[in-house]
Amino acid sequence: MNKKLTCFAVIATLVLCRQARAEFVVEITRGQAEAIPIAVVPFSTAADAAASFDVAQLVSDDLARSGRFKTMDRRDIFDEPHTGAAIAFDDWRRLNNDYIVVGQMSAEGPDHFNIVFELYNVLTRQRLLGYQIGTNRAGLRLASHQVADMVFEKIIGVRGAFATRIAYISVLGSLPNKSYRLVVADADGENPHVVMQSNEPLMSPAWSPDGLSLAYVSFEDRLPSVYVQTLKTGQRHRVSARAGVNQAPAWSPDGKKLALTLSTRDGNLDIYVLDLATSALTRITDDPAIDTEPQWSKDGQSLYFTSDRAGGPQIYRIGLGKDDRPRRLTFQGNYNARPRLSPDESQLAFVTQEDGAYRIATMDLHARGDIQVLTKGRFDVSPSYAPNGAVIIYATRDRGRGVLALVSADGRVQERLASSEGELQEPAWGPF
Amino acid sequence: MKRLASISLLLVAAVLLAGCPKKPTVVEPPAAGSRIPGTSDAAGAAASTSTRPLGADAGINGKGIAEGGPLGRKIIYFDFDKSEIKPEFADVITAHAHYLTANAALKVKLEGNTDERGTREYNIGLGERRAQAVRRALMLQGVAESQITTVSFGAERPAVDGDNEAAWAQNRRVEMVYAP
Repeated sequence: MNKKLTCFAVIATLVLCRQARAEFVVEITRGQAEAIPIAVVPFSTAADAAASFDVAQLVSDDLARSGRFKTMDRRDIFDEPHTGAAIAFDDWRRLNNDYIVVGQMSAEGPDHFNIVFELYNVLTRQRLLGYQIGTNRAGLRLASHQVADMVFEKIIGVRGAFATRIAYISVLGSLPNKSYRLVVADADGENPHVVMQSNEPLMSPAWSPDGLSLAYVSFEDRLPSVYVQTLKTGQRHRVSARAGVNQAPAWSPDGKKLALTLSTRDGNLDIYVLDLATSALTRITDDPAIDTEPQWSKDGQSLYFTSDRAGGPQIYRIGLGKDDRPRRLTFQGNYNARPRLSPDESQLAFVTQEDGAYRIATMDLHARGDIQVLTKGRFDVSPSYAPNGAVIIYATRDRGRGVLALVSADGRVQERLASSEGELQEPAWGPF
Repeated sequence: MKRLASISLLLVAAVLLAGCPKKPTVVEPPAAGSRIPGTSDAAGAAASTSTRPLGADAGINGKGIAEGGPLGRKIIYFDFDKSEIKPEFADVITAHAHYLTANAALKVKLEGNTDERGTREYNIGLGERRAQAVRRALMLQGVAESQITTVSFGAERPAVDGDNEAAWAQNRRVEMVYAP
């Protein structure tokens, strides 16, 4: 047990930075009746190669995917104004649009582009936004997501999370020759990069609060170890490889500690906090039950976790003070596990069992309300909040295949993200 | 050594005659340096070991061979959400316990697994609990603590793919992997 923590860096050999084919096809399975109608008019473009990049389509797709907007189909767009002055408001109003986005993209040099866009209220003809974003070619997607973020925030009043990233595990091949990849992609599934690949399982990716690193569990030695990997350099450190279980890493809000699940020699799983700078280890729970799946509160003063100390798995919260005792939070149903805290800490998302199926549920933390089951699958697990709290990404099964899906935090909008290859699991939404 | 070799031959013959179990089963006791990386059945060629003959009540006897050889069976299966060892696996545990007590230098790794249902990290806990159940059962029959290690793969290393009870039943298991 007192095995000293090894801390070393593995250089780029294991770290592949190559493109994986996994862009998502969005299919809205349950929509929202009161989605806001908006038209995103194709931008005027410079007459060069960059003209092939369609800012308006990406913005439109982002807004539609949020479930909060009903975007006007490109084929129905009858006029293409690129500035506010050119908008014939009465015509757009007649086609029931509440909002309209117009813009231009121009090339300012060999690798510099300007995106200019404006958002108008069609009814009042008021200009709500007008911005210019400069970017190089590699940044065109990001800049377009930022346009969508600004439009979303202006109209909905909640910060957009389109210009963020997700991490997930992709399993390729079939038994006994499976390979496991840790992938980082844009929030829309585009631009996927394999950051770690192994012939043994990888699991539980967790973003550092600054979005620069991922912690994860790797079985590459046929034993579990927890690694922290810096995305930019690919450099990684093994931070926990104790005898027994090394699982479920969760970053403290200040990024200085990891909560982990470790085991004693007789296989009792408890939650510990590891100080990444000093390697000092503090035991948090002490119970013969399975205690695992920790998640920090925003103030770093307590942990939410799963424990089956009362029989089946339920969700508990424990303060990190010396004499703090765990308090049980879920009482409805016989299986509630893997809590994730909403960014505003008003809600917990977790996995619940209902009629023998595993589904994503939420519970209001302030009102101590009932459990609200958001999804309808049989194998819905691994919920993760978008950093704006509006949407939860999770893993599900579609025709026997592992896919990722989205559900709005209120359960009203559902989408499946169909990928072209691999079994996708354990999505983790990165920070802003 | 001679005796060991002949026992091995007998077992191999018995398994062949009995028809092969689900997994390619290596009946020969593991020997030093024989671990095949990446396989769960780690056994190998007749390298030189200090193996002693088994007692009369050991798993390797006429009865055991007739049943397919309890020492040749290295997987214990579990019911859903359970970590109790079912009575039908008692003879398998006993055979391995005797084998390990008779061969104090041997080490065994117990790999706990679950079916895919439920959350992944909680399943790691369940897999560990199953591995511990087998560990305790072996220790109760005299196996030294130092001979046993455990690892849980949870639902991450299924034996069979598929989201039906037939597949799940094969995945809820502890595999005994001998290592030098």
